[in-house]
Amino acid sequence: MALVKLTIDDKQVVVEEGTTILEAAKTIGVKIPSLCACPEINHFPGACRVCMTEVSGQRSLIASCVFPVFEGMIVKTNTERVRMARKMVVELLLANHPAECNYCVRNGSCELQKVAEAVGLKRVRFDIPDFPEKDMIDHSSPSIVRDDRKCINCHRCITVCESVQTVSVLTPSFRGSKVRVVPSFDLPLIESNCIACGQCIMACPVGALYEKDEVEDVWKAIHDPTKHVVVQEAPAIRAALGEEFGLPAGTLVTGKMISALRQLGFDKVFDTNFSADLTIIEEGNELLKRVKEGGKLPMITSCSPGWIKFCEHFYPDLLDHLSTCKSPQQMFGALAKTYYAQTAGIDPKDIVSVSIMPCTAKKFESARPEMNSSGYRDVDIVLTTRELARMIKEAGIDFLNLPEGNYDAPMGEYTGAGTIFGATGGVMEAALRTVYAVVTGENLPSLDITPVRGLEGVKEATVKVGALGEVKVAVAHGLGNARKVMDQIREGKTDYAFIEIMCCPGGCVGGGGEPIPTDNEIRRLRAGALYMDDSQVQNKRQSHENPSITKLYDNFLKEPLGHKSHELLHTHYEQRGEDIPHRA
Amino acid sequence: MNAEHSELLKEFTAEEVATLDEIIARHKGTPGGLIPVLEEAQVALGYLPASVQKRVAKGLNLPVSRVYGVVTFYSFFTMTPRGRHTIRVCLGTACYVRGGKALAEAIKKEVGISEGETTEDRRFTFESVRCLGACGLGPVVVINDDVHGRMKPSKLTEVLDLYS
Ligand code: SF4
Ligand code: SF4
Ligand code: SF4
Ligand code: FES
Repeated sequence: MALVKLTIDDKQVVVEEGTTILEAAKTIGVKIPSLCACPEINHFPGACRVCMTEVSGQRSLIASCVFPVFEGMIVKTNTERVRMARKMVVELLLANHPAECNYCVRNGSCELQKVAEAVGLKRVRFDIPDFPEKDMIDHSSPSIVRDDRKCINCHRCITVCESVQTVSVLTPSFRGSKVRVVPSFDLPLIESNCIACGQCIMACPVGALYEKDEVEDVWKAIHDPTKHVVVQEAPAIRAALGEEFGLPAGTLVTGKMISALRQLGFDKVFDTNFSADLTIIEEGNELLKRVKEGGKLPMITSCSPGWIKFCEHFYPDLLDHLSTCKSPQQMFGALAKTYYAQTAGIDPKDIVSVSIMPCTAKKFESARPEMNSSGYRDVDIVLTTRELARMIKEAGIDFLNLPEGNYDAPMGEYTGAGTIFGATGGVMEAALRTVYAVVTGENLPSLDITPVRGLEGVKEATVKVGALGEVKVAVAHGLGNARKVMDQIREGKTDYAFIEIMCCPGGCVGGGGEPIPTDNEIRRLRAGALYMDDSQVQNKRQSHENPSITKLYDNFLKEPLGHKSHELLHTHYEQRGEDIPHRA
Repeated sequence: MNAEHSELLKEFTAEEVATLDEIIARHKGTPGGLIPVLEEAQVALGYLPASVQKRVAKGLNLPVSRVYGVVTFYSFFTMTPRGRHTIRVCLGTACYVRGGKALAEAIKKEVGISEGETTEDRRFTFESVRCLGACGLGPVVVINDDVHGRMKPSKLTEVLDLYS
């Protein structure tokens, strides 16, 4: 590519043709503030004008995030005029924005706050209008809250929903001063086909999109002496929670997380990784059964509730490809109120089952009406990683200095296979380890199946599995990638036996409930922590080697895919279709 | 398909739906076909409610959110049906000071709708405008193409009766 020479703040800069001024400035250590732009999702609407610079020969100030450099260009990023203009832009944004930073969910992680600081804003000279909360906050979804009062119209949520997830719920509507970001026909989110993934939350620079907060419900349960409160945590939590307390991304905090949960007052601290191992036993056997009996193939994983809802809306004709296995969260919930209740001699009606998830769609999943196979709701309350962090802070727990805790029996033990569920490709890898062992009676020559790891959108691998011969598998993460694979299935063009699909880019470590910010580098580091847990911390790395799982089958379930399993651990799906309901 | 179809048939005749489908079919596959489809549909059907937007989205294989975004962006498109007669009251400065505001209130009361709305029986659509250039006649009400100058709230009923 051709190189372009230009001058920024009296310094010579040489960059590739097509580079924006903002990027070019970065190379010489000049940080131009920006707000609406989001390189991670290739979103450069040039809308907010926070990033303005002076360019010789141009009368007006130039938005540096979208303006490409040209030969001989002279840029000034720090003149009186630029500084005044940037301040004015942010001042005007804040003049139409509720002044609620102190108790805003994004206090501390808000990009508008940061930009106000970066431009040196010292005052807002306009009266801030009253914002009617009633009409401007959409609480309809079990997962996502949208607070229109705080929206700065950057449209990042629209891009992520449309280009990354291909769900296309949100759109700008109307124009000028009336412009608002809404679902089609201004319907509440619950009536749209939002799949509750929360990727729009991760993209939103401000507190206009956030998880439905259920922390209070958990406090209430914990403080109720008649309730026995058990908690499970998804694999991705231990790889990310530390970030909320200042630890670098990729720090594994399993032990401290367990201690924190105990200190918060949970009666038993169990682990979703345990039921991830269980999922592998059920799902692996389901796959073998389908292969042997000529069942529907390729079989597709069903752990990710955003993916499930997406399939129900957009591929209702392919639902029989989905494994009937409940997700690890729901398997755990069903067992907490049956197996655990029996073992511990506690009436299931007194058990409150809480889960900590990297995911907003898990809130929706736990509320699905069919998810109550014990006669009680499998999972009562779902908190995201962020909500758990807030609880820990609220309780005054010094997270960084906590001792390393250990899980409770009988639903806390796990293997390396369970822990890698949190990264894209992990379920596939875990399943192949066990399927190989079941079919051949031996372990895979190497337990590391590296072709299914990493952030490539669609990954493929072929594994020779004894008498089954070559088994071809695929892994997709992010629903845009899932769509590619699903379209191939619809056209009858695949010969995969098994496919793993995760709703969120990077898998659960990139979930809509994880700490903010999350970007590809952070996803990679969090996944790295899980692979480290698998290869270096856990001494067992295959689900079928988990002694607590063996015990569960011996004492309770009896056999994989057996009668009890079907009752408690498997589920069915709903043909939702693409059409959204009509309201007059 | 069927639920959607019956939704459409609540508001339009079978011929109108066929016209809509024909418009969609003609533009299918052409990039940038959305706006021409909506323009033609607006002319043919008079308005573009949710049912029409969904039909267009499905026909052109676009997310319905995109269609809704475009429909609300351009003021040429309307999602609600228009009345047989359009009442426009002038709220330009001259008319305003000569009682235009009171007149607008009176119209609202008389026809029972607010600005931008259409009566249930689709008789009237009520709008306001800024200055029609007939300031000497203020306050002015225009119904369809007829200018009624020096209007008073007391004369309203009589004037509106001319439009059935
Ligand atoms: S969104 Fe940001 S600026 Fe707005 S109230 Fe919340 S923290 Fe403050
Ligand atoms: S939660 Fe996911 S599907 Fe729903 S609006 Fe946000 S990005 Fe779109
Ligand atoms: S909701 Fe958030 S991401 Fe979406 S436009 Fe508003 S500020 Fe931007
Ligand atoms: S960041 Fe450049 S216009 Fe918003």
